[in-house]
Amino acid sequence: MKINLKINDQPVSVDSGCTILEAAEKLEIKIPTLCHFTMDCFNVEHRSGSCRVCVVEVKGRPNLAPACCTPVVEGMEVRTNTLRAINARRTILDLLLSNHPKDCLTCPKNLECQLQALAQEMGLHHLLYKGEQSTFNKDLSSFAIARDLDKCIMCRRCETACNKVQTVGVLSGVNRGFRAVVAPAGMKRLADTECVFCGQCVQACPVGALSEIDYKYPVWRALNDASKTVIVQTAPAVRVAIGECFGMEPGAVSTGKMVTALRMLGFDKVFDTDFAADLTIMEETTELIDRVTKNHDLPILTSCCPGWVKFLEHQFPELIYMPSSAKSPQQMFGAIAKSYYAEKIGVKPEDLIVVSVMPCLAKKYEAARPEFAPNGVRDVDIVISTRELADMIREAGIQFEELEDGVYDSPLGESTGAAVIFGATGGVLEAALRTAADWIAGQDVREIDFKAVRGMAGIKEATVNVGGIELRAAVCSGLGNARKLLEKIERGEANYHAIEIMACPGGCINGGGQPYHHGDTSRLEKRMAALYRADAGLPIRKSHQNPDIIKLYEEFLGEPGSHAAHKLLHTAYIDRKNG
Amino acid sequence: MNIKTPEALAKMAGVLKSRPKPPVQILVSVGTCGLAAGAGAVLKSIYDEIVERRLENAVEVVEVGCMGLCYAEPVIMLNDRRSGKRLIYGDVTPQQVPAIIAAGTDSIAAGTRTIERSWYYPEFEKPEPGELQARIVLRNTGRLNPEKLEQYIENDGYTALAKALTTMTPQQVIDTILASGLRGRGGGGFPTGRKWQFAAAQPAGEKFIICNADEGDPGAFMDRAVLEGDPHSVLEAMAIGGYAIGANTGVIYIRAEYPLAVRRLENAIGQAREAGLLGKNLFGSGFDFDIQIKFGAGAFVCGEETALIHSIEGMRGEPTVKPPFPAVEGLWKRPTVVNNVETFACVAAIIRKGAEWFKSLGTTGSPGTKVFALAGKISKVGLAEVPMGTTLRDIIYRIGDGIRDGRQFKAVQTGGPSGGCITAKNLDLPIDYEALKSIGSMMGSGGMIVMDEDDCMVNIAKFFLEFTLDESCGKCTPCRIGNRRLFEMLEEITDGRGTLETIEKLKALSAIIKDTALCGLGQTSPNPVLSTLANFPDEYIAHVKEGRCPAGVCQKLIHFDISDRCVGCGLCLKNCPVNAISGEKRQRHTIDQSKCIKCGVCFRVCKFHAVDKK
Repeated sequence: MKINLKINDQPVSVDSGCTILEAAEKLEIKIPTLCHFTMDCFNVEHRSGSCRVCVVEVKGRPNLAPACCTPVVEGMEVRTNTLRAINARRTILDLLLSNHPKDCLTCPKNLECQLQALAQEMGLHHLLYKGEQSTFNKDLSSFAIARDLDKCIMCRRCETACNKVQTVGVLSGVNRGFRAVVAPAGMKRLADTECVFCGQCVQACPVGALSEIDYKYPVWRALNDASKTVIVQTAPAVRVAIGECFGMEPGAVSTGKMVTALRMLGFDKVFDTDFAADLTIMEETTELIDRVTKNHDLPILTSCCPGWVKFLEHQFPELIYMPSSAKSPQQMFGAIAKSYYAEKIGVKPEDLIVVSVMPCLAKKYEAARPEFAPNGVRDVDIVISTRELADMIREAGIQFEELEDGVYDSPLGESTGAAVIFGATGGVLEAALRTAADWIAGQDVREIDFKAVRGMAGIKEATVNVGGIELRAAVCSGLGNARKLLEKIERGEANYHAIEIMACPGGCINGGGQPYHHGDTSRLEKRMAALYRADAGLPIRKSHQNPDIIKLYEEFLGEPGSHAAHKLLHTAYIDRKNG
Repeated sequence: MNIKTPEALAKMAGVLKSRPKPPVQILVSVGTCGLAAGAGAVLKSIYDEIVERRLENAVEVVEVGCMGLCYAEPVIMLNDRRSGKRLIYGDVTPQQVPAIIAAGTDSIAAGTRTIERSWYYPEFEKPEPGELQARIVLRNTGRLNPEKLEQYIENDGYTALAKALTTMTPQQVIDTILASGLRGRGGGGFPTGRKWQFAAAQPAGEKFIICNADEGDPGAFMDRAVLEGDPHSVLEAMAIGGYAIGANTGVIYIRAEYPLAVRRLENAIGQAREAGLLGKNLFGSGFDFDIQIKFGAGAFVCGEETALIHSIEGMRGEPTVKPPFPAVEGLWKRPTVVNNVETFACVAAIIRKGAEWFKSLGTTGSPGTKVFALAGKISKVGLAEVPMGTTLRDIIYRIGDGIRDGRQFKAVQTGGPSGGCITAKNLDLPIDYEALKSIGSMMGSGGMIVMDEDDCMVNIAKFFLEFTLDESCGKCTPCRIGNRRLFEMLEEITDGRGTLETIEKLKALSAIIKDTALCGLGQTSPNPVLSTLANFPDEYIAHVKEGRCPAGVCQKLIHFDISDRCVGCGLCLKNCPVNAISGEKRQRHTIDQSKCIKCGVCFRVCKFHAVDKK
């Protein structure tokens, strides 16, 4: 049903159920917002109506109405720019700023902050209100996420990300009145909670209250330490997002520029996590075929995503036998680098520094898990996010957009199209299916585009014929979707052979460490498309055909699933039901 | 006992009424207030005395809820059924009990305090000529034992439910409530019948009816009195409401700080279930209804209906934007009606006696009665129920007996922290919802806090705002930060740091908070500021322009001096906690202002009025 209303005297007709804000957008009338947040392609809507920045005048209504959550009604007359509305909006912003630190220059969200942008947009140059400001302790307890509650504006977007989207349920409103803030219950430190460090809250936070734990300086220090050999690995999803930090179009593939930039920063070798992704496929597919043919411990779940793994350990500990025991690509890379590669170049593992560039904040946590530090030497020493790498490139004065394309170093730099698509939801499963099809059929299968598992949908299901076996597979992204699917499995209502799960909606292209999308999900779609473009453009598109992988097994590991492979490339999970 | 038909109920009431009763009845008020004042010991002493004198068959002791005479607790009332005489004693001690029982109703026991009957008329649903109170809501409170279902049944209990279920359609019930003009007694004054109509109009399926017993206004205790004194009247009304809207489940949301009310409710629910008055197929009508109790953790904002619903659902108790209204999408996303305790307490009487009867009391726009909790500087603190349209002067001077210690009336705050203050010029205004709104205040839940000349109105505004500050959920910006800034400005003024500009900023920010806050709590939070500003501008100006607090309350703005009336007795010197006073014996003393903390001890102890407060 259509509803007719007028905004600033302009008639407009919209569907019933629309909000004033949506109707105004149709007329290209801009109403400022702050707490309002949507991620269209995942059907995520956050309309708490709490900041009151979007208030407008509605004829006949005694008080101002929040445009973001007031549904339109027939004959409504709205005015967005009356003195009353503008005055109220300015006052609200003034109040927010009266309890917000003014350290914008050094804030991790400087120039990415929506409160800052709003102050600029509304031309607020003089503050009327002053008074007490919040003084909470900063939470730097985890390896991944920093919390500075003095900056929290109670927009509650992080709460929606944590509770509704991810169903992790760590963040919620606590305290009353002026001391109200979003935090874990009992004001616990993040490290003491069930937080999985997916960083969706960091993506959602419009201000500097949530950000990553910054490891740029340790990287600079390592790069300038003559006694260390410093190598770097870059995750698949980084290359299709980092360009955005330098004003390039979303979806630009900047692999070559990134490699050049890393070399210019001073890394001794620039390697690719994609190499390790191919390695992961070798191990995981071996396990998949074994479990399917022997029909035990099904379904097999992917284990590349540390956020998802921690979620399972806390929320579904009874299912910890399900994920593949294969380590994630990041950790496989670290393990191989500190053994095979270190040996090859004659450097002691403790003198080899492995740096990861990840689209992810949970990877910072994963690298610090004690089981990934044999003899006290971490396999992956330092993890920085896409954003942190962009900062370093800027800091070094490198003109990223102008760089020539570089190529990865050998031997841990060669990869295939199967590895590139790890960065999008469905990619890991598709990569595994490509290898499984060849191995089961014993030939080079040509049909390798498994399109049913691609795209942004939160839960995708497909039955694919792999070498004569009807394989029932599912792909999940977003932990809320994962929860739904796992509960179905627990109830015995779903029956799959293999399931890929990624913590972030859309996969790593939407990781907590990626350039901020501020709710513009078209950017995510472009990043995803770029990954599949990159895949299609590569000469080798199946992991088991990666020549350096073949060489690695010949020289060092034997065959997939071997004893040596198990020792280096596999792990076990921990029941964290009780913390 | 299982009452399956209206006839069975009537028969039972008949039997109970015709039961022989002891000639003398002693009512003992054992509400929270009575018990806190020592009613437990008094009660024990009464029982002991009865046993001692072998009066078991001559005297009936009834433990009742609050009689409304809070200023005189513990209170007991003697009724002589033969002579019709009655006596009310206040401030009773266990030691006085033997003399009171010995005297009976024939004479007043020596050394006791009796209470004039005009204060307390529980049995009149219409005021007697010359009297002010009328009791609908409190019809049984203070008169019946709330823990005994028989007493409720004996006094027409559950006949309204029987009538509704067996002789009326749900729509007829709603029409009766609509016609009665009953409005929400929780403060908003929304027509109850319309609320019911909205919920009834929603497609059939699971619906809920909720009793809001999260009474939280400072100085308001009428809901507690009803729940402690007459729980069955609320249960009966909820079942009637459930029938009207098509809900089979009722939820009472009550603050956990009311343990006695909770206990009596639990007891009443158990009795009603056992008697078949709650549960399946009530009065053979095929209508099922049961009630559960949910506890609030003492957050004021949970009195707001959407916050209340979220709290029941186990979420953080904070309001959400309406629409959707609870009548459309409420508890567990089902159509839900939320009514206040006092509203429910009117329902059974309306169904029993009809809409016309209810409308014969009160004003055209606001029929019926309203219970007020009188508190503050009033002589007789307590509960009073009066028809809507009674003047404040009657309530404060005739029922409350004027201002304590012969001081001068200054203002009365209605509507609690969301309301405003009313000054002497409006004392003769007949009050109902609209009248209070027109003078910048509101009905609220019915708290009435009386202030005298010793109250500083800036400080009063600060007091109420501080309450809101603590109780705000912090969800929306204007309430979370705006009220904090308002409070800080008031502090500036009471500390003598304010300017005329501060007052202007107060006004401007108050207006914007009212205009933009998310829920009723925030939208009304600046009311105490605005109404004190409107009614007592001179007091604000005295603070900021002259650095003076006219009422002598704001510590930073007052100082104490010793005048030449001082005889040098040394009493102030001895009592001063910070040794700020010096002087030789029999010489005029002086106060060292740099040491003085303005505690006022010298002012109070001086027997010669030689200490001046300025």
